[in-house]
Amino acid sequence: MALNSIYGEILNEHNLRPVHKGRIENPSLVLDGKNPSCGDEITIELRVNDEDVIEDGCFTGSGCAISQASVDMMLDLIIGEKRERALKLYEIFMGMIRGEAGEEETEELDEAMVFKDISHMPARVKCAVLGWRTMREMLDGRLSVE
Amino acid sequence: MSQNPYRQDFPVFRNGKYRYMDSAATAQRPDSVIAAEKEFYESMNANPLRGLYELSVMATQAYEEARRAVSGLIGAEPSEIIFTRNATESLNLVAYSYGLTFLHEGDEILTTVMEHHSNMLPWRMVAERTGAVVKYLKPLKDGTIEDSELEEKLTGKTKLVAIGHVSNVLGCENPVRRIADMAHDTGAVVVVDAAQSVPHLKTDVKELGADFLAFSGHKLMGPFGIGVLYGRRDLLEKMPPFLRGGEMIESVTLEGQTWAELPHKFEAGTVNAAGAYGLKAAIEYLNRVGYDNIRRIEDELTGMLMDVLTEYPYVHIQGSEDPSKHNGIVSFTIDGVHPHDISSILDGSGINVRAGHHCAEPLMKHLGVQSTARASLYLYNDEEDVRALSEAIPGIRRVMGL
Ligand SMILES: Cc1ncc(COP(=O)(O)O)c(C=O)c1O
Repeated sequence: MALNSIYGEILNEHNLRPVHKGRIENPSLVLDGKNPSCGDEITIELRVNDEDVIEDGCFTGSGCAISQASVDMMLDLIIGEKRERALKLYEIFMGMIRGEAGEEETEELDEAMVFKDISHMPARVKCAVLGWRTMREMLDGRLSVE
Repeated sequence: MSQNPYRQDFPVFRNGKYRYMDSAATAQRPDSVIAAEKEFYESMNANPLRGLYELSVMATQAYEEARRAVSGLIGAEPSEIIFTRNATESLNLVAYSYGLTFLHEGDEILTTVMEHHSNMLPWRMVAERTGAVVKYLKPLKDGTIEDSELEEKLTGKTKLVAIGHVSNVLGCENPVRRIADMAHDTGAVVVVDAAQSVPHLKTDVKELGADFLAFSGHKLMGPFGIGVLYGRRDLLEKMPPFLRGGEMIESVTLEGQTWAELPHKFEAGTVNAAGAYGLKAAIEYLNRVGYDNIRRIEDELTGMLMDVLTEYPYVHIQGSEDPSKHNGIVSFTIDGVHPHDISSILDGSGINVRAGHHCAEPLMKHLGVQSTARASLYLYNDEEDVRALSEAIPGIRRVMGL
């Protein structure tokens, strides 16, 4: 079945040994994301500087392998990038899941391409996009700490 | 038991090689149920209770026959059986009609932390609107409700007790009769959520001491969209209607209206007659198999499953260690693997189990888990199902890189 191709080394690596799980210093943005169907909850912290560059980011909270690995891969992609670029990657990721993104575009997602076939398992789409949705809300809404 | 003789009665198993172990969510339907619903539409379809011609009379008869079948199943009178969409609607009917009318500020509603959200949120609504207070019984981890809990929380102020007969997570049967006796002594009415019990246990509303009892047809092998509320006649009589409209009145003038007799007072609008007719076929099927047989199959398979699962040190089963106290429901966790991943990976081998909080978030918190995987068995499961699940467990850890 298609979904089982998602489970594999890349996903396991990010799930078992996430690079960005933890806390960062002086985050400028903090937001909780919740997946109502399973109760899983994550918190993302980002530090965005005056030039709109995402200097650093991290996440905490628990969830399934798909949601944990997805948010870790996402942080890999957006740290060091400008806000607009992160939002663009969000569009590409969502487009990929809907099956609307072109091959070339999808390549920009690097490891996060493992979620390409998640649409075959609609119940898990929410897990894969949890981190991405939360990030978009943070950068779009310009939330600030406290 | 090597071959399950009932399995062949279910087309979904003839048409696919599913290892379906999610019957607590919804049961599979036997041929006879599917045929009954089809038969209704093909040979007796008209709006029941309305037409004065033969076809409508047949539809009405089919619908009322179904009501008699339900009343026979649970030891009630037909006029005490109200058809709804599902257990959730049945419980809401009691909350809106009985709860909002007869509960007042300072009254107490007693329920448990192990309830399905459907038997929890309606009572919170009643409390918010009337000023009553909801109190929660806290069971031990295996689901046991201790006498001391009951004695402390059931007081002279308790006006309504809402209790699940069988937990959809732990599978344990609650001592409804004992709780009902105590509740009746203090003058409270007892609402029983029987969604998980009627499919598995012989249920008699009088033996249980239930004043209201709710269940869904679809967990009983009946069609989707048909559910049942039993209510004690004297209570139903004094309750106001839940929904208002056609078919639930005696007469309407511009000055006022009088309500129809029971049970029609609570069945506003066009009813799901085909669904009811299908439910009747499900009850007949259930009776042909017999609760004793169901019990035997479930206990044997649950025992097998729990024996194997407990051999894996990284698997943890929720609830009692005694398989006969699970009613076919086995909730479990695997160290290092999120339940959603368990379910998805098992799906790769055609094994269907549910994962999540099972609409019982407060219970999850009480048990100290975020969610669980749940295998739930019914009369059509066989040893092959249990073997497939058991053998797939080590592979789950492997796929996850553990
Ligand atoms: C214990 C319990 N109560 C109530 C319900 C609600 O049933 P339904 O969704 O059919 O209304 C369920 C099933 O999900 C259940 O397991």
